Amino acid sequence: MSESTTALLEAGARDEQSVKLSMQQALNRALDEILSTDPKTVVFGEDCGQLGGVFRITDGLQAKHGESRVFDTPLAESGILGMSVGLAMAGFHPIPEVQFDGFAYPAINQIVCQIARMNYRSRGTLPMPITLRVPSFGGIRAPEHHGESLEALFAHVPGLKVVSPSDPHDAYHLLKYAASRPDPVIFMEPKSRYWQKGDVDTSDAGPLTGARIVRPGRHLTLVAWGAMVARCLQVAELAAEDGIDVEVLDLRWLKPIDAEALATSVGKTRRAVVVHEAPLTSGLGAEVAQLITQSCFDTLKAPVERVTGFDVPYPSGDLEDEYIPNIDRILLGIQRVLEYRRG
Amino acid sequence: MDSLLPAVAAADAAPLSPGQLRELYSLMAAVRYLDTSAVAWQRQGIIPGYAPELGQEAAQVGSAYALDTARDFAFPTYREMGVARTMGVDMVAYMSTHKATWHGGMYDPLASRLAPIQAVVAGSVLHAVGWAHGQTLSGGQGVALSYFGDGASSQGDVHEAMNFAAVMKAPVVFFIQNNGWAISVPTERQVAGGSVAARAAGYGIPGTQVDGNDVVAVHEATRNAFAHCRAGNGPVVVEAMTYRRGPHSTADDPGRYRSLDDERIDAGEDPLERLRERLLAEGVADEAFFMTANQAARAEEEAIRTGIEALGPRPGNEMFDFVFQETTPALENQATRWREESEHV
Repeated sequence: MSESTTALLEAGARDEQSVKLSMQQALNRALDEILSTDPKTVVFGEDCGQLGGVFRITDGLQAKHGESRVFDTPLAESGILGMSVGLAMAGFHPIPEVQFDGFAYPAINQIVCQIARMNYRSRGTLPMPITLRVPSFGGIRAPEHHGESLEALFAHVPGLKVVSPSDPHDAYHLLKYAASRPDPVIFMEPKSRYWQKGDVDTSDAGPLTGARIVRPGRHLTLVAWGAMVARCLQVAELAAEDGIDVEVLDLRWLKPIDAEALATSVGKTRRAVVVHEAPLTSGLGAEVAQLITQSCFDTLKAPVERVTGFDVPYPSGDLEDEYIPNIDRILLGIQRVLEYRRG
Repeated sequence: MDSLLPAVAAADAAPLSPGQLRELYSLMAAVRYLDTSAVAWQRQGIIPGYAPELGQEAAQVGSAYALDTARDFAFPTYREMGVARTMGVDMVAYMSTHKATWHGGMYDPLASRLAPIQAVVAGSVLHAVGWAHGQTLSGGQGVALSYFGDGASSQGDVHEAMNFAAVMKAPVVFFIQNNGWAISVPTERQVAGGSVAARAAGYGIPGTQVDGNDVVAVHEATRNAFAHCRAGNGPVVVEAMTYRRGPHSTADDPGRYRSLDDERIDAGEDPLERLRERLLAEGVADEAFFMTANQAARAEEEAIRTGIEALGPRPGNEMFDFVFQETTPALENQATRWREESEHV
């Protein structure tokens, strides 16, 4: 256990309400509290025990809660997820970790054919209260398959719910919320944001479902999730210098998508750009654009623009900055929407 | 039995009583009659398809007979009708999957202690390991019985399951029905080394090959495996060597890959006939018993067929109702639209 986490776990005993935590610390504290309050919770995956996970999200948890609650598994993702199904059938609330997003692929049968369908197959008698933590997205110049954006893949599967927090406060509360629900949730943690600190109000979660406006604006809505939210906030600041008032909507839940929040925001701003790291074609941006078009077609000033990754395999670190939507590309997307003229 | 395999210690248990032997025969007769009837149901248009287990009655009945449904749990694929019947599962609810009523079957898996019918051949093997590890975590005495075949043994999940179970000492019995065929591919083109049980040695766990057409041998091997698991010694592999006497499914045509002569030679002795001869030779049963057992099997099939024929399609709203425990607005909207449009049509 690292000193910082030890201190953190002790600090948890104090009665402070708003604390400054990194997302890593916030997730760690959330898991600690879940384990403390729900005896049916088990946390496991590759290196999740003594090491505390390669991102230290489970740091100190095995020492505190014991090896039967927090444990290492052999290095096999299908095994981890298949085992989660059996544990859930036995009444447990598994919180497995897939070490890196790209390693969800070897487990896809267990995720898609088993976890997502068992409640359906069993006519509701075998719920799958599984929260699958997936360190997600790029931005850390990692090796192949250590940075992927799988949200559209997961969101397309009936029976799965998908959420991605963008800051420590949401990470803390959304993980606790996801773990308390009876359905499987894919919890996509933006790994490039693990070490950014932010205020976490432990006493007031705020709304736990739906999207969240992280910056109100009048002229255009930027729709984003995960690591792209922080980037869109930067873009909004820059746009403000040119007198463009950008609203940033953190979608948070990628399934179910908060269609009402999209309608309300874009109904007001009448323009929208959706930003994601995943490839363009059949990405969630298309779903978001359709939902906006459905609700705001009569008042939209321009077609919904998408600023996304490209239809290429996630590139090596040296090309990562060319692939992930950067500030300039998002600003250009905004410009295209603002300059759009009918006919 | 292969001497290279680490042996499972024989459980200190009494031999099967005459009553139990007769019960095994009655179960096998009921399964045989229902199985062959289900093929006829398909030909008659009562059900759209069926995967027969003809020839595997001893393997299925003998192994499932070792289960204690008060604490154990079985994980089937899609050819375990004999297991379901032995466990006392509601057979109309079980066979409904072959009526295309509901994929997993209509039975309650928790009450039945039988996981839903599984179409991914090795899909449920890891579930058995997870469930079994749950027993370890909660201090339960239950054992998971995982059913799969020689074809499924080629899937990576089987390796992951055996390795996980061995590392965690999970109380799970991996019960392989090696029936010689994975649709059209014979075991020698499927299982390198010729034995799934032989792999157990690599995981440091006991493995046993057993004559899968001898219900008593199957039962004893499974019972020993259960005792091994319950004593906290970890998983066991039991490979029952049997023969798929019928087609893979009612849609299959075995004539394209094996001849009737091959079948006669390879199938060996009929497991029911074998038990019948044994019971007669040992004076455990007489002709009157067999007549009664066969009559009971026929009556049972008739009742199940009546139930299956009476089974209508499920209400369409169930498509939506069971996706989640807590539905989503998008799914509610789709259900509403489906209802409006189907009523309109």
